Amino acid sequence: MSDSYRSFLRPAQLPHVWCPGCGNGTIVRAMLEAVEDLGLPKDDVAVISGIGCSGRTTTILDFNTMHTTHGRALAFAAGVKLANPKLKVIVVMGDGDSSAIGGNHLIHACRRNLDLTALIFNNAIYGLTGGQQAPTTPAGKRSTTSTLGSIDQPFDLVKLCLGAGAGFVARSTSFDHQNLASLIRRAIEYPGFAVVDILTACPTYFGRMNDVGEPYDMLGYLRDTTQPLDPFVETSFDDAPYDTPVQAEDLPPLPIGLFRDEPRPDYGTLYQSRIAASAQKGKKK
Amino acid sequence: MNSQRLVQGNEACAHGALYAGCTFFGGYPITPSTEIMEILAHELPARGHVFIQMEDEIASISSVIGAAWGGAKAMTATSGPGFSLMQESIGYASITQTPCVIVNCQRWGPSTGQPTKAAQGDVMQAIWGTHGDHPVIVLTASNVREVFEMTVKSFNFAEQYRVPVVLLLDEVLAHMRENIHWPQPGEIHVVDRHRPDELHGFKPFAGASFLPFGAGARFHVTGMAHGPGGFAVTDDAAGRELRRMMDKIHDHVRELTTAQSHKLDDADVAIVSYGITSRPALAAVEQLRRQGVRAGLLDLKTLWPFPDHLIDDVADQVEQIFVPELNLGQLVREVGRAAGGCCEVYPINRVDGHLLTPDQIVQSVTTQTSRYPGGAVTA
Repeated sequence: MSDSYRSFLRPAQLPHVWCPGCGNGTIVRAMLEAVEDLGLPKDDVAVISGIGCSGRTTTILDFNTMHTTHGRALAFAAGVKLANPKLKVIVVMGDGDSSAIGGNHLIHACRRNLDLTALIFNNAIYGLTGGQQAPTTPAGKRSTTSTLGSIDQPFDLVKLCLGAGAGFVARSTSFDHQNLASLIRRAIEYPGFAVVDILTACPTYFGRMNDVGEPYDMLGYLRDTTQPLDPFVETSFDDAPYDTPVQAEDLPPLPIGLFRDEPRPDYGTLYQSRIAASAQKGKKK
Repeated sequence: MNSQRLVQGNEACAHGALYAGCTFFGGYPITPSTEIMEILAHELPARGHVFIQMEDEIASISSVIGAAWGGAKAMTATSGPGFSLMQESIGYASITQTPCVIVNCQRWGPSTGQPTKAAQGDVMQAIWGTHGDHPVIVLTASNVREVFEMTVKSFNFAEQYRVPVVLLLDEVLAHMRENIHWPQPGEIHVVDRHRPDELHGFKPFAGASFLPFGAGARFHVTGMAHGPGGFAVTDDAAGRELRRMMDKIHDHVRELTTAQSHKLDDADVAIVSYGITSRPALAAVEQLRRQGVRAGLLDLKTLWPFPDHLIDDVADQVEQIFVPELNLGQLVREVGRAAGGCCEVYPINRVDGHLLTPDQIVQSVTTQTSRYPGGAVTA
């Protein structure tokens, strides 16, 4: 495996802030390999992040980078992309960041279909604040704010984004590096809003509080609680029973792969057609 | 083109923005600001620029800040409830020194309040609304022609000082129509952001030079305390940067001050007003003069940084200053502080959703009474 992804890092900003065993570094590496594969010049890439462990990604990347407010990365990114459509805009968010405080922006980004790539670093817990329950914490799992096990029904971010109308929806894990890099590459290439839900390891909080074990065991947990599908074939999956909170252990492994990849006109293209129509209308006057 | 036009305040604001070179509007509908958005939804695409209706006001201001870093001259317009939602990101714009304009057509509050009634209750929120000390410029206007001019000035200051500028209008000014001289191209000075002369070694947060994303100098923008290079700092460096950002506004208070005075030269009594309330205040001055009271008016267009120097001069000269406002006393506290005990400062307040009348102001001045429970404000 090549180390050339390192050329996309800011050496002066290393080391990063993530704990030993954290999956975020693996995701960032996959993301950089995808950017390298696509041959995107650094000046043409903007990476926008929110707040949380994932938010720190932008500090270490040698692109045009913006570390925004909690939950709002997609809204900032919309402005960047619309003001400068030449930029390839990648949005890095956490699970609480994107689906609790930023949930409104996520569903509207899905329906609006701006050409953005959203990568959700989903560790199923709030890491930077010390291990609180997230909207993605599986039912029954412990956190500092659900010490007896969560009684909330969690979001399945893939279903949420499919339901909200996103044209490209995928899921992978920080255990599954090879497929992850391929999926991120395809998400960046997709001409519209593409979202990848990336389950990542948080051994420090999620792992410790749920007796998963060492960082190595946390990777095993990601492997064992997911069911890899062929990532290059569009697929569907059965609805989990949602009428009552279900304990995580009772659910079948979470499917990972590519769930939707449907080309459709993106917002920027449609907006340009409105500008043209507006100019035409102006001439007739 | 006929240079006279009968236009609404919100229409003047939208066209003032276009005159200033606005290329991006992100917004969310809210009374009484919505016409600004509706006009720009038509006019921006017709000019090849960007209009987007976002999912809420938080997304609106966030998209505006993103657009500024994408290279746009960007603005949003809202009213009280939306303005409250925007506060966190206004702080982000302050600390990242992002040029942008936020128009707040004030309505009666708090909360939903009276959406179609005018108020001036957001003055302190405009100055202090986001957490932490932060640089911001707050402007206002008292007639439709001024709305146009002050919108252009808002963009100019945003560009020149790399700071969010809040333009405080109100429901009456937003919706009233006046026959105004329509500024022709070149008539009002338009400022564009200063580009750095040299990309090599460019420090994105060191000064007035601004470079958008994709212009060849890759850098980091963050809401964390950061140094001139953009990366996080703590302790002394954080304090130093915050002071520098505050100083860039407060050291230039004279350049940032816009105000008009009327019959102040020989005045014993001054009225210090702003926004829509300057209209009845002007009429009150005339009425008081007819009654033999030597009254004068200081009509402030710049509310922040606060023009202490103007109040100093007035306070040295007059016996009393009256500050009429459509709130229970906000800017009067700044006036009282700036007057520094050199004269008495009295608030005149109205909060039922209607404008103060000239008669009410005259009566307050002649009886030196006020409905404000604290009475005179002294420093």
